[in-house]
Amino acid sequence: MIRWLQGLGRYGLARLTRLGRGNLFLLRLLGSLPFLFNRPRLLIVQLYSVGVLSLPIILVSSLFVGMVLGLQGYTNLVPYGAEASLGTLIALSLVRELGPVVAALLYAGRAGSALTAEIGLMKATEQLASMDMMAVDPFKRVLAPRFLAGFIAMPLLAGIFTAAGILGGYFVAVEQLGVDSGAFWSQMQASVDWREDVVNGVVIKSIVFGLVANWIAVFEGYDTVPTSAGIGRSTTRTVVNTSLAVLGLDYVLTALMFGGL
Amino acid sequence: MSKIKILELVVGLFVALGMAAFFMLAMKVSDISSLGDERGYKVQARFENIGGLKVRSPVTMAGVRIGRVTGINFDENTYEAVVTLSINPEYDRLPADSSATILTSGLVGEQYVGLEPGGMDEYLKNGDTIKLTQSALVFERLIGRLVTSLAGGNKDNSDDQPPSSPDAPASRGEGGG
Amino acid sequence: MQRSSPFAPAEVLIAIRGLRFVRGALTIFDGVDLDIPRGKITAIMGPSGTGKTTLLRLIGGQLRPQAGRIEIGGQCVHELGRRELYQLRKRMGMLFQSGALFTDLNVFENVAFPLREHTQLPENLIRTLALIKLESVGLRGARDLTPAQLSGGMARRVALARAIALDPMMIMYDEPFSGQDPISMGVLMKLIQTINDALGLTSIVVSHDVQETATIADYIYLISGGRVVEHGTPAQLGRSSSAWVEQFLHALPDGPVPFHYPAPDYEADLLAGQDL
Repeated sequence: MIRWLQGLGRYGLARLTRLGRGNLFLLRLLGSLPFLFNRPRLLIVQLYSVGVLSLPIILVSSLFVGMVLGLQGYTNLVPYGAEASLGTLIALSLVRELGPVVAALLYAGRAGSALTAEIGLMKATEQLASMDMMAVDPFKRVLAPRFLAGFIAMPLLAGIFTAAGILGGYFVAVEQLGVDSGAFWSQMQASVDWREDVVNGVVIKSIVFGLVANWIAVFEGYDTVPTSAGIGRSTTRTVVNTSLAVLGLDYVLTALMFGGL
Repeated sequence: MSKIKILELVVGLFVALGMAAFFMLAMKVSDISSLGDERGYKVQARFENIGGLKVRSPVTMAGVRIGRVTGINFDENTYEAVVTLSINPEYDRLPADSSATILTSGLVGEQYVGLEPGGMDEYLKNGDTIKLTQSALVFERLIGRLVTSLAGGNKDNSDDQPPSSPDAPASRGEGGG
Repeated sequence: MQRSSPFAPAEVLIAIRGLRFVRGALTIFDGVDLDIPRGKITAIMGPSGTGKTTLLRLIGGQLRPQAGRIEIGGQCVHELGRRELYQLRKRMGMLFQSGALFTDLNVFENVAFPLREHTQLPENLIRTLALIKLESVGLRGARDLTPAQLSGGMARRVALARAIALDPMMIMYDEPFSGQDPISMGVLMKLIQTINDALGLTSIVVSHDVQETATIADYIYLISGGRVVEHGTPAQLGRSSSAWVEQFLHALPDGPVPFHYPAPDYEADLLAGQDL
């Protein structure tokens, strides 16, 4: 019994120290960001890697999500004769929730895990240590560009996800199900408010998610146990922890921003 | 082009795509014209009951949206609701004796303020108060009146007048400054 | 435990006194005194796991000792701030066991990396310098290959070229001979000696390959159990009376380091299984 409690205590302490390490890491990372003003090329290369290369999965997924929203929404609104509100349904679902959240989850799986694996591999093959020995700060040269690129890419990807999802829903609703095109857009425009829904939803949420997802991805990579099994574990942890954090933060943000309404 | 140049171009396209997405969200999806309401002129109206009227609810005349509700306050002296309306600046020839009613769009939709034009030559300016107002219909009171009027109609040869409803909508005279 | 240094103070580049380093529950170094002479090849040898790589990290300032001093040219390494430490590291080269080349850069870019990061030299000068370094390790023709296309020995040579890119004052080799075929080993041995003499470097070689290391080393330290067990020139060590040194240098399977892992009595162990 005592042993079990001791184990629990040790586990708790380990988690706390890890959390502390993660925060110190973030501080050092943020401090290394100004370096990038002089080296924009590093940032651009990483933007390509985490942003552009994530586009395919974001676009395809968002189209499907939007189309499914159109179908499901239609079936459920028809009994009330309210299919004209389909545009509103699709837009609000995507803008407030699905856009930023699903985009963040997909990002964690595709780009976050890639970041962790790449950095973890660099640690395991002593590239980070050798860079450090060559008097080049790996935080500035390797970690900060990846973090900042991801932080910039996340809101862009969330915005693209939302817009493409709405287009997907439009396609299903208007082209396939026969909802009136004018009603689709006008109802949507009447119900979706720029500040309350779009900024609060897509913009703010995706910025917060971007910070968290990239912080976790880069930290897990840097903190990897330098073996091949260790890299696998870190990559898994990135995806799991980012997903949990995104969903948890989503609840908090939603309660703060939309709960009041 | 060198590899780096192509890369930079692609990244630039990516960022442009992201911005275009947000632009689309702003223009086509949401009601961004609501940002312009700050430029309107402010008019006040007092109501006995505003029902479900909210800030940002529309203000219409003849069914056309001409402004928004920008403030709802409570006057502790007269126990009335004081609603601030922001009228878009291009509608600057509303008669000063126009009336304001709180209406419901559809049967159970959102509530809005509908203005009926009066006949004066003077126009509403910033800071004016609309004198003629009609409060929102409260659902329960409506049912109550229906029940009592039904009950009253069933009594033949009744000498008693059915008690007037405590909340008969009435035109108000002096609405306060 | 102070011991008198075999070198005159002017000859010494790196002086280590009373070094104590603990990781977790394990004491890795417990009172180590070492002197690394200038301009010579010093070997640090010992059984696997005695912390030889850790020693290099301590010298390079990547780890901080619990007690003791490590002085390089008079500066105490672990008391330096980050900026001064980086300044010091620009004058050190280090060759990691796996080479640690950057996988996203090709051979040329890897060697040019320190030049690009630390100097403002024009591109054509960087190209010239990088090619010179590659030539000195015999891999100028491999400049466009990626690290994935290199064999282990070639990767180490490229890493060596990168380590000397800024003409450092000292260079540390972490197990340079491990896992290499005889030809590669011969090549590396020749390179270490040539570069040391040509550039006037101080070289520290950490290894447990006795034959190769003893051939090129000017001075050897033997470390075991967290302490310096023996030190001297290869000739002096060959004449040593210590049984442990003899076992290590001659690769004897049994001696002070026993063959058998501690176990209960053999006969009793076998007989215990008969009752099952």
